[in-house]
Amino acid sequence: MIKIERVNKWYGSYHALVDITEDVAKGEVVVVCGPSGSGKSTLIRTLNRLEPIQSGRIVVDGVDAYGRHVKLNAFRSRIGFVFQQFNLFPHISVLENCTLAPTRLRGLKPSEARDEALTLLDRVGLAAKARAYPGELSGGQQQRVAIARALAMRPPLMLFDEPTSALDPEMVGEVLLVMRDLARDGMTMVCVTHEMGFARDVADRVLFMDQGKVLERAVPSEFFARPEHPRLRQFLSDIRTPFLQAA
Amino acid sequence: MTPLFDLDLLLTGTYHDWLVAGLITSLSLTGISLALALPLAILIALIRLSPVKVLQWSGFAFVEAIRNVPLLAHMLFWYFGAPELLPTALREWLYARNIEATSAIIALTLYTAAYMSEDVRSGIRSIPGQQFEAARALGFSFVASMRLVVLPQALRVTIPPLISQTLNLWKDTSIATVIGVAELMYQAAKVESASFRSFEAFAFASACYLGMSLLITGAAGWYQGRFPVRAA
Amino acid sequence: MIDLIDTYWLYFLVGQYPHGPLGGLALTLILAVLGLLFAFPLGLVFGIARVSPWRCVRWPVSALIQVVRGTPLLMVIFWAYFFLPSLTGQNTDQFWTMLTALVVFDAAYLAEIIRAGIQGIGKGQTESARSLGFSYLDAMRLVILPQVVRNMLPSLVNQFVATIKETSLGYIIGLTEVSFIATQINTQVLTKPAEVYLLLGLTYFILCFGLSRFAFWLERHHQQRTLAKAHA
Ligand SMILES: Nc1ncnc2c1ncn2[C@@H]1O[C@H](COP(=O)(O)OP(=O)(O)O)[C@@H](O)[C@H]1O
Ligand SMILES: [Mg+2]
Repeated sequence: MIKIERVNKWYGSYHALVDITEDVAKGEVVVVCGPSGSGKSTLIRTLNRLEPIQSGRIVVDGVDAYGRHVKLNAFRSRIGFVFQQFNLFPHISVLENCTLAPTRLRGLKPSEARDEALTLLDRVGLAAKARAYPGELSGGQQQRVAIARALAMRPPLMLFDEPTSALDPEMVGEVLLVMRDLARDGMTMVCVTHEMGFARDVADRVLFMDQGKVLERAVPSEFFARPEHPRLRQFLSDIRTPFLQAA
Repeated sequence: MTPLFDLDLLLTGTYHDWLVAGLITSLSLTGISLALALPLAILIALIRLSPVKVLQWSGFAFVEAIRNVPLLAHMLFWYFGAPELLPTALREWLYARNIEATSAIIALTLYTAAYMSEDVRSGIRSIPGQQFEAARALGFSFVASMRLVVLPQALRVTIPPLISQTLNLWKDTSIATVIGVAELMYQAAKVESASFRSFEAFAFASACYLGMSLLITGAAGWYQGRFPVRAA
Repeated sequence: MIDLIDTYWLYFLVGQYPHGPLGGLALTLILAVLGLLFAFPLGLVFGIARVSPWRCVRWPVSALIQVVRGTPLLMVIFWAYFFLPSLTGQNTDQFWTMLTALVVFDAAYLAEIIRAGIQGIGKGQTESARSLGFSYLDAMRLVILPQVVRNMLPSLVNQFVATIKETSLGYIIGLTEVSFIATQINTQVLTKPAEVYLLLGLTYFILCFGLSRFAFWLERHHQQRTLAKAHA
């Protein structure tokens, strides 16, 4: 589903992604973790070309993302992207957030888009909030709407960039539940997250990034039980004692 | 045969002299009004921030009364209306001198001061109240706390908008044409009617206005680069 | 003062209408409304161009806006007055001359309001729209601009106040808006210039102060609503 080949990216002189090569198979769930500033967001944002790269190749669902003739908008519409800050459109209702793209880009009739959106909202547990505006929802609810909005384009692939990091702790669970549900249905997913419980239970593979490099990749049981790289060991012990990290 | 664009007309001769005299008058209007408006603006800002209700209110009334009337109407009032209210002797004395420029400067000063006082006020208010309280706690008076602690900090926030008000002042001097002050716009119109070279005359005036505006904008950019706003 | 109002109120409000062209306060308001109405779409296009990712769009428009903002409105009016006829090949009357100048001038200022508005909407909005597959222009049209326009309502009212004040400069080309009419009244009465111009000032004040208070209220109202939503 995703092929990343020797990708390099610089911000000015800062080498943000160093020779990344990864594959993600159809139906696979990959979790990316690593310390802040290690390049996780940069990596996931190159997958739908929100960030340009300087060398290498990325092929998503058979389309060369940085190829010269790629139809960028059509390409992006087939990749669901969920942001840390939700980024719902505040001036339209929850339902309209979920029908805007399908009516304009998939050519659905308003009634069809509405029915589909309501089904999706029901799936994330928010059908009752269809008429509300994003500003009237809690963070967890907003993020669930954001997932429904992305799903409304029927993408074969979903990308998540720290979807629970901006949430109050009591709301993390409801969002993870929706993500678990998606994974069970066979969605291909790449998730940047520090939720190690989610990684352990749901991921097929976990990647550890530091300083723009992928230092370790393993199935969850290996990843947590036998971390090899010393920096990964440090990282795992840091996130297990969160109050030390906060201090 | 006259050329399409007669540059010589702008570089030498009577018309050149007229235009340059106009430019100098415009610059003087700006300079004098700015020098008068700045202290007035600070005074009004302090009045509006003082703890006395009556003062606050009169400061507000002054600012709003001036800002909500076009500068042209101010000029007309100070030129045509106000002298009538003066005692005859003073009025004669004034008319014997440059009443046009005087009215223009009064109008420009008040108008600019009203706008500037708002910038100064919000600049002062952007400094957290604790700074003022800390100064008072050390034993400084209201005035000393303002002068030594709040104002120096507020300056950095305030100077950029004040520079952009200066830009407005520079452009606003053109309105003095209406009451016959021989500034740049007036002289350009005079050259136009004497020579029928409207394009040259207005091109010269436009270039002067634009050039000076760019200088002022540049100054604002330089200041913000040189003195960035620092938070504690 | 009462007999002044008594004699001239209709002239002040509508000029010579219906026995001659419409003028006075009515003309002032019509000019301001039409000026802002026509300037808005132009300002929208300019504002979008100002933040365009394409240099060939961004640079010329930015330069144009810089030039207009560095030039006094009076200068723009002069250019329109002297060169619009040769541009269009027919005589342009004062009304259209003034309206053209106002539209060009206001569009440049609105463009800056809109640019600031667009830049004030977080980058995340564009990114999430683009991630859904919307083109740059669709993201602008469907996601960014509706939010910008909603937020800029108070600024629009303030720009309307500015435009009302700007119409007074039509005076210089003999446009019979309310300042010009006031001067006409003054030359007819001759003995009460202070009263005439005070009344003129008062008229502008009531109009503009009322509108600025309305803008202030809108802003507060808007802020409270956003706050309430954020806390819900
Ligand atoms: N737009 C940018 N310009 C310059 N540097 C950037 C930019 N975005 C990110 N970076 C830098 O790239 C590195 C990786 O950032 P990011 O991918 O956001 O890290 P993560 O998501 O893992 O916390 C950081 O050091 C960050 O400072
Ligand atoms: Mg990140």
